[in-house]
Amino acid sequence: MNSPAGAKIETLTKVNDFVVKFANVNGSGSASANTLFAKSIFRMGIPVSPHNIFPSNIQGLPTWYEVRISEKGYLGRREGVDLMIAMNEQTIQKDIDSVVSGGYVLYDSTKALPEQMAREHVQFLPIPLTEICNCEFEKPSQRQLFKNIIYVGALAALINIDFDVLTGLISDQFRGKEKLIPPNIHALQLGYQFASEHFQCPLRLKLKSADKTDSKILMDGNTAVGLGCVYGGATVASWYPLTPSTSVVDAFERYCQRLRIDKQTGQQKFSVVQAEDELAAIGIAIGAGWNGARAFTATSGPGISLMQEFLGLAYFSEIPVVLFNIQRVGPSTGMPTRTQQGDLLSCAYASHGDTKHILLFPSTPKECFDFTASAFDIADQIQTPVIVMSDLELGMNEQISEPLEWQEGRTYDRGKVLNHDQLEELEHFGRYQDSDGDGIPYRTYPGTHPDKGSYFTRGSSHDANAAYTEDGDIYAEVMDRIAKKFDTALNYLPEPEIRENGAAIGLLYLGTTTSAIAEAQDLLTKHGVATDTLRVKSFPFHQSVRTFIDRHEKVYVIDQNRDAQLKSLLKIELNVNESQVQSIRSYNGMLITAEHISRSVLDSQENAGE
Amino acid sequence: MTYIRKPSFQHPQLETNELGLTRRDYEGTLTTLCGGCGHDSISAAIIQAAAEMSLEPNRIAKLSGIGCSSKIPSYFLGKAHAFNAVHGRMPSVATGANLANKELYYLGISGDGDSASIGLGQFCHIVRRRINMLYIVANNGTYGLTKGQLSATADLGSKTKSGEESLYDNIDLASLAIELGASFVARSFSGDKKQLVPLIQAGLSHKGFAFIDVVSPCVTFNNTDLSTHGYKNTWENNAALSQVDFVPMREEITTRYAEGEEKDITLHDGSVIHLHKIGNNYDPFHKEKAMMHINQHKAEGRIATGLLYINQKTSDLHDLTNTVDRPFNVLGEQELSPGNSTLMEINEAFR
Repeated sequence: MNSPAGAKIETLTKVNDFVVKFANVNGSGSASANTLFAKSIFRMGIPVSPHNIFPSNIQGLPTWYEVRISEKGYLGRREGVDLMIAMNEQTIQKDIDSVVSGGYVLYDSTKALPEQMAREHVQFLPIPLTEICNCEFEKPSQRQLFKNIIYVGALAALINIDFDVLTGLISDQFRGKEKLIPPNIHALQLGYQFASEHFQCPLRLKLKSADKTDSKILMDGNTAVGLGCVYGGATVASWYPLTPSTSVVDAFERYCQRLRIDKQTGQQKFSVVQAEDELAAIGIAIGAGWNGARAFTATSGPGISLMQEFLGLAYFSEIPVVLFNIQRVGPSTGMPTRTQQGDLLSCAYASHGDTKHILLFPSTPKECFDFTASAFDIADQIQTPVIVMSDLELGMNEQISEPLEWQEGRTYDRGKVLNHDQLEELEHFGRYQDSDGDGIPYRTYPGTHPDKGSYFTRGSSHDANAAYTEDGDIYAEVMDRIAKKFDTALNYLPEPEIRENGAAIGLLYLGTTTSAIAEAQDLLTKHGVATDTLRVKSFPFHQSVRTFIDRHEKVYVIDQNRDAQLKSLLKIELNVNESQVQSIRSYNGMLITAEHISRSVLDSQENAGE
Repeated sequence: MTYIRKPSFQHPQLETNELGLTRRDYEGTLTTLCGGCGHDSISAAIIQAAAEMSLEPNRIAKLSGIGCSSKIPSYFLGKAHAFNAVHGRMPSVATGANLANKELYYLGISGDGDSASIGLGQFCHIVRRRINMLYIVANNGTYGLTKGQLSATADLGSKTKSGEESLYDNIDLASLAIELGASFVARSFSGDKKQLVPLIQAGLSHKGFAFIDVVSPCVTFNNTDLSTHGYKNTWENNAALSQVDFVPMREEITTRYAEGEEKDITLHDGSVIHLHKIGNNYDPFHKEKAMMHINQHKAEGRIATGLLYINQKTSDLHDLTNTVDRPFNVLGEQELSPGNSTLMEINEAFR
């Protein structure tokens, strides 16, 4: 079907700046074709950010893959779709409706589109994908899979993807399975040929090779976390499968199988335990941490809820452990396959009683790697749990990132651990004695010395020698010392990233909100609103966060949750006054957009001006 | 809690073991449990077992959960490292500790509330994972610290001091352990040190998951004539299937018993269990027979004790996952970090 008779469409003219969205049925093999599409653009040197919008399901439900292409490097989501690949009959009406005026819809025209789906101001690109597949391929599975590859081939002609880049990617993908290469390339050619013959190619929406991704990598955050665990020296991983954290442990195990097998003996320098639940997962990590191994678990909101009691134990008995929270939408089961920053409060103060936990907030795969490796040092240095707060958006979607790097000669900082000789010289060992005045006591690994250095680890109240006590004053002393430890921790935590140019307004945010900030600032500048920014990288907050807020007339605190949790934390921890901060919130499960931020700031400025 | 300091004074001619240590070196702080508590006898049995075996106290990690049972690691092996975890979760902590350092002895102490109720899941899974440790449950059928509620190991019809009757079938942790793959399963009675001490020694020497269910009466809340976990019932109905002697690997085996009535079981470290069969010619090498005996005894209102099941040719989690010989906790960046050039190659795969 072509555009409705008589309607003259003013199609979009855009180079390296548009949004392509694929509407598929999950389990139909579209994921690898769509990844091929995104990666080819990346290899053409054009910044690209793909977002999987997938169901909590194995087969048959709608799934989308949205690709933002932006030579300027805007990597957040943008509202509206310029080119829709409408492959799912269940959602096609809504998918067509989401296309902007002047945009395009590519669809499988083997079956005619019902008349009511026609829309003015949208250009339809009909390709009989099923028919082509049925003619060209014998096996039913191939007929299904290659539909996806054919539309990628058609897109190559339509928007000018470098065909050599595509064939290069196919060769890379099937290295070791070479016989799969020719049919895939054939499928690409089928699509390319059809599009070239039937449409004016390229469209006015097109790509042009650039040099904006030269040194970069395209990686998902969970892979980077897994690698960070390998490099950071983790030997024990215990976990319970939970979307969207599962791929953290998958990546750790995959790289360990490659990099952590003793060459002589074939033995493993790691252990991965799939626990019976999240309680056991964190318990195993804590047991290993107590005994001197670097250990971690990865989970998401529901797992955090289950781990609360153990986190309190690790806090109070001062055991290093690293926890990855790949946040998803809560409360309860919530939306398991959508993103949110909804666990800030439940992690900052996890467990009953007075507790506090160190949180790290990476915003790119490079930071996922760096913060993960550092998390193991920090946990050892401060002797407490460290929670790395990622989210589904960062964890499961491929992101453009600076390449990962490991400083040669970097050593692990195991913190204050006494060895045999140090114990030998010591007159008295008190596990919870603040010998250095920084709140951090010395610990030992079990079995270090024949008769010195052993102690009783417990979650019940204890004195400086780890002996049980019900003396309230001694209990309070220990609690005060632990509080002091968190002041010391600031010296070990990454400082916020501050970009200031003397503006009256500040934007304060963390994690994946970062992807929308540069674009939001540019949008605001167009409206004459200048902004400074502060990106929080860790909790507890550094004093520089407070002074940034004090230096600005108004600071917008951007939260991807309903209850403005980051703002609450600032108020609790830094005594920030309500009049200094204003909340911008987004909590529909999708990554926050620059439009949302700039619109919110402008609305609030207007209201203030009235 | 402990307000009386334990006197450090000791008899000058106290016997020493191979390490030159006396029994006192294996003791802990003064107990705070009720006078006559079965758990104190378990502590005493552990002290005797470890001292006789000449174990280095600092090579032992004691782990426990929450409850009266889980307090007892304070009362023995004061020079060992201890971890008093959260209620019912000692198994996961023990698993992690064991993964971090395979070279220590791991001794888990739990109770029936800790292992059969709140921690039943963790108990099942540590058995399945074959952690190399000795796991002792001090089983009194009641929640002592919260003043006498029935626990899940209380037998159907058993009554507590307050007259509360168990309306439900009990969970038998020994049967469960056998079912789930434990390779050493025993039951004993805190009052029968002669039986318990060698079982503890054998359990510590056994490689793989060793479990001892110790009936350990709660004198305060569950020691009535109507309680199946009280002293009276346990004494009267204790049916030892076998008697065990433990011979550490260093000692020469000197005693010999009449052919047919005893069997030597050699453990992985070379220690030997002398098993004297009693009465029914009990054979502890068959899972199904062990389960049958336990159930038969139960049906008769008796408690089958002794070494119920053993498979000394078994593997532990480290074997199953083929971990390196050196403990994880001594590996440093040299062994663990693959270096920057490898990372550069990895980056390439993401371009």
